[in-house]
Amino acid sequence: MKERLFEGADWDFHTLQRITDACEEVALKDLGLDVYPNQIEVITAEQMLDAYSSVGMPLFYKHWSFGKHFAFHEASYRKGLMGLAYEIVINSSPCISYLMEENTATMQTLVIAHAAFGHNHFFKNNYLFKQWTDADGILDYLDFAKNYVMQCEERYGRIEVERTLDAAHALMSHGIDRYPGKKKLDLRAEEKRAGRRRQHEEEVFNDLWRTVPKGAAKSRSTLSIERRRKLLGLPQENLLYFLEKSAPRLAPWQRELLRIVRHIAQYFYPQSQTKVMNEGTATYVHYRIMTKLHEQGRISDGNFLEFLGSHTNVVFQPEFDDPRFSGFNPYALGFAVMQDIERIVTNPENEDREWFPDIAGKGDVMGVLRDVWANYRDESFIGQFLSPKLMRHFRMFHLHDDPEERAGIRVDAIHDERGFRRVRRELARQHDVGFIDANIEVVDVDLSGDRRLILHHHVIKGSQLNETDAKRVLQHLADLWTYDVALIEVDANDKVLREYVVSPRPIAAAVA
Amino acid sequence: MPIHIIDRRLNPGGKSLENRQRFLRRAKSLVQGAVKKTSQERDIKDVLEGGEVTIPLDGMHEPRFRREGGTRDMVLPGNKKFIEGDYLQRSGQGSAKDSGPGEGDSEDAFRFVLSRDEFVDLFLDDLELPDLAKRKIAQTESEGIQRAGYTMTGSPANISVSRTVKLALARRIALKRPRKDEIEELEAAIEACTDEDERAALVARLETLKAKSKRIPFIDPLDIRYRRFETVPKPVAQAVMFCLMDVSGSMSEHMKDLAKRFYMLLYVFLKRRYKHVEIVFIRHTDRAEEVDEQTFFYGPASGGTLVSSALQAMHEIVRERFNPSDWNIYAAQASDGDNSYSDGELTGLLLTEKILPVCQFFAYLEVGEAGGSAFDLSDSSLWSLYERLRNSGAPLSMRKVSERSEIFPVFHDLFQRRDTAQEKAAP
Repeated sequence: MKERLFEGADWDFHTLQRITDACEEVALKDLGLDVYPNQIEVITAEQMLDAYSSVGMPLFYKHWSFGKHFAFHEASYRKGLMGLAYEIVINSSPCISYLMEENTATMQTLVIAHAAFGHNHFFKNNYLFKQWTDADGILDYLDFAKNYVMQCEERYGRIEVERTLDAAHALMSHGIDRYPGKKKLDLRAEEKRAGRRRQHEEEVFNDLWRTVPKGAAKSRSTLSIERRRKLLGLPQENLLYFLEKSAPRLAPWQRELLRIVRHIAQYFYPQSQTKVMNEGTATYVHYRIMTKLHEQGRISDGNFLEFLGSHTNVVFQPEFDDPRFSGFNPYALGFAVMQDIERIVTNPENEDREWFPDIAGKGDVMGVLRDVWANYRDESFIGQFLSPKLMRHFRMFHLHDDPEERAGIRVDAIHDERGFRRVRRELARQHDVGFIDANIEVVDVDLSGDRRLILHHHVIKGSQLNETDAKRVLQHLADLWTYDVALIEVDANDKVLREYVVSPRPIAAAVA
Repeated sequence: MPIHIIDRRLNPGGKSLENRQRFLRRAKSLVQGAVKKTSQERDIKDVLEGGEVTIPLDGMHEPRFRREGGTRDMVLPGNKKFIEGDYLQRSGQGSAKDSGPGEGDSEDAFRFVLSRDEFVDLFLDDLELPDLAKRKIAQTESEGIQRAGYTMTGSPANISVSRTVKLALARRIALKRPRKDEIEELEAAIEACTDEDERAALVARLETLKAKSKRIPFIDPLDIRYRRFETVPKPVAQAVMFCLMDVSGSMSEHMKDLAKRFYMLLYVFLKRRYKHVEIVFIRHTDRAEEVDEQTFFYGPASGGTLVSSALQAMHEIVRERFNPSDWNIYAAQASDGDNSYSDGELTGLLLTEKILPVCQFFAYLEVGEAGGSAFDLSDSSLWSLYERLRNSGAPLSMRKVSERSEIFPVFHDLFQRRDTAQEKAAP
C-alpha cells in the first residue's frame, strides 16, 4: 500500500503535483503512453466560459461571433441549463490542460488522468493529428494571427476586417484539405513566410510599373477548358484555399486572413474526425489510472466511489426513446469499444475469434490499443472494432428514412446475425466527415467571359442544401470573389437539381 | 518529465469583454429594439435593472452550408421490439427525429443577459440622448464630507482629544517622565526620613525628578492631532418624484407611452443622483387620486378634466409625507392639454403659491399623437396658461412631444437650470 494522495475533497498545488506524478507513473509505466510535456492550469468558471467562446484556445483573434457565443453560454450557464466542462485540453506542445477550480480532489485526479495523459497521448500519436496539426507551433501561430488581425484592423478598419472574417468563417467548413499529399503544416515557418511576403512586396514596390504600357492581353480563349482548369488547380474542394490563391480582387491582407482561418480550420479538422476515439481513449485511460491508484491504496474507497459516480455519468448512453437522447455519446461508445477490445484481447469468445482473428486472444492489451489509437479515425475504428457483442449490448438498430416511402421509416437491420455488418457499416458512416459535410467544389471559372465562379454540390442521397443558409454563404463567397458565383446541385447522375446564382454586394451596402 | 502547474485564477478577468462589445455593437439595432420592448413592459423602477433580452438571431446568424432532407439513415441504441423489415409511423416516432429541440429553439431567438450599464446605455441611446447629457446623468454632483484619519494641523474645533492624550501618554512613557505618585511618594519619604545624609540624597533625587517632569511637558504641541475631513461626492439622500397625468378619455395609448418614457427617463436621472427615490403616481380626470403604477398607466377612467385637482392632491401629499427640507421634490406632469376653462385661475394659483416653491423641478409635457401636426395650430388651454406663468417668471419646463425622440429636450432645460444655478453659487 502506498501513501494516500489526498484525503477528502480539498486540494492545493502540492496535491496537484502529487496527483500528476502518480498519474504519470501509472500512465508511462503501466500503460506505456507517450505524451507531450504537460502544463496544468487552474482556472475559474468565468475563464472557462472565456475559453468556450474562443473554441477552447487560450488566445484568439477578436471577432464578434465569439462574443455572441460567450453571451449565449453565459446566459445558459447562469440559468443553470448548462454545466461547464471539468476540463479543456489543447493539442499543443506542451499540452495545456485547464482544470476548473471548483473540482474536488478526486475530480482533479480524474481530469488530469483524462486530459493530461489520455487526450495528450492521443494528440501525440494519432496519425491524423500527426499529419494535419503542428502541436509545437499552434500557440505561436495563434499569437501571430491575433496580432495580425489587430494590425489589419488598425490599417484597414474594423468593418473591412470583420467583413472578410465573416465571409471566411462562413466558408470555414470548406477550407480544409481532406487528402494528404501536400506537405504537413509548419506553422512557425508559415508565420515567417507571411512576414517575408509582406516585406518583399513593400521592398519591390515601384509605382512606375503602373505607368508601363501593357502589351496586348494574351487571348485566353485559346486555352482549352482542360488546360484552364488545370492551371487553376481545379476541381478544388478547399474553397478558402482557392479564393486565397485565385480571387482576382482581394488585397494581400485579405488573402492572409483567409489563410489564417483556413489554417485554424485545418488544425481542428482531425478533432472532428476523432471525437469517439479521442474521448474513448481519454476515458479508458482515466478509468485505468484511477483503478490502479485505488488498487495501490493512493485513493480512498470513498473517493473512488465519487469517481465511479462521475465516470458513470460521463459514459451514460440514453436510449433512442429517452427524452435525454441526442445521438450516440462519444464517451460511452468510445469507452465501450475500447473495453471490448481489452476483453477480446484477453478473454475472447468463439464469436470474437471469428470476427477479430488478428487481435483475439493476443494478450497484449496496451500494445493493441496503442496501435488502434495511432492508426484509426472514428469511421475506420467503428467499422473495424465494433463487435457483435457490443451491438447487442447497445441494442443497436438501423433505420432507413426515405421520404418517398409512404409506409413510414423502415427498420433496415437490427442487432442480429443478418444485421451486424450492416449496422456496423452504417454507424461507421455516420461518423465519416466525408458523409457529414456537403461535398462542394469549385469546378470552373469563366475567365474569358464574365468571370463567373462555378461550384458543384454533389448531392448524396437527395439531401440538398438549406436554402437560406446556402444563399447567405454564397453571398459571402461572391463578396470575396467580387464577381458572380453559381452553385449547381447535381445528383450522382449529373442531373441538375437546383441552381443558385449570387452577385456580389457593392461594398457600401455590405457595410450597412 | 517536468510538469508545470500554473494558477490562472488571478489573471485579469473579462478576457472576452472586447468580443462582447463587438457583438453588442454589431447587434445594436436588434438589441436596442429588444431593450425598447423590455422597457415598455417594465415598471418604471425596474428600468435600471439589467436583464435578459431576446433578439432574433436573423441578423446575427452565422451561415454555413448545411444539408437537409433526402434519404436518411441512422443507427440508434435501445431497440426493444423492432425486427428487420418493420415500418415505423413517422408521426408516432418523433423521438428519433427531433433529437435536439434545445438547439432548434436557440437558432431563431437568442437570449442573453445585459448588465445594468449596458441596458441603461442602450435605453438612453434609444431616446437619442446626446453623450454630454448621458455623462451628466452618470455624474454624482453634490458633495459631502467624510472622516479621513488625523492630521498635525487644523482648526482647534477639530482637535481629537482622545488621540492627542493617547500620543502624549505614549511619549511620556517613552521619555520616562516621572509620574505624579512617584513624586508624592518621594516627598512622603523625605518627610519621614530622619537620617540627614539620606534625606539630602532623597531631596536631590526629588529635584531631578521635578526638573525632568518640567522638561517633559504633560502635553506637547507635537502630540496634538486634529480630525481630518475629506470631501467626497455624495448623492443627496432622497428624492420624490411626482407623476401627474391626465387620464381622461382623450389620452391615447401612444400619448401614455410617451409619458411613461418621460417618467422612466426622469427616474433614471434621479436614480443616478439620489440614493433613494420614491415615486408617487397621481392621475386625474375631474378629480385626482393617488394610484399604483399599474392603475396609473393602464387603469380605465373617464370624466372631465380639472388639473387643479391633481395639484391639490400633490400639495396634500407633500404636506403629509414629504417635508421639503428632507426631500428633493420633482414633479412631471403629462397631459394632452385639455383643461376646463374655469379651472385655469385655480391651477395657476396652486402652482405658483404651493407647488413650485417646494419643487426642484417641474416639467410639463404636452403629448400629442404621432406625427401630430394639428397640434401646432393653436395652443391648448393648459399650455397657454403655463406659458403665461413661465413668462411671468415661474420656473417651469414645458415641451410639446409627439415622438419619442422629442422627449429629451425637456431634460435639456433641467440640465441648464442646474448649471446656471451652480455658476451663480460659485462666485
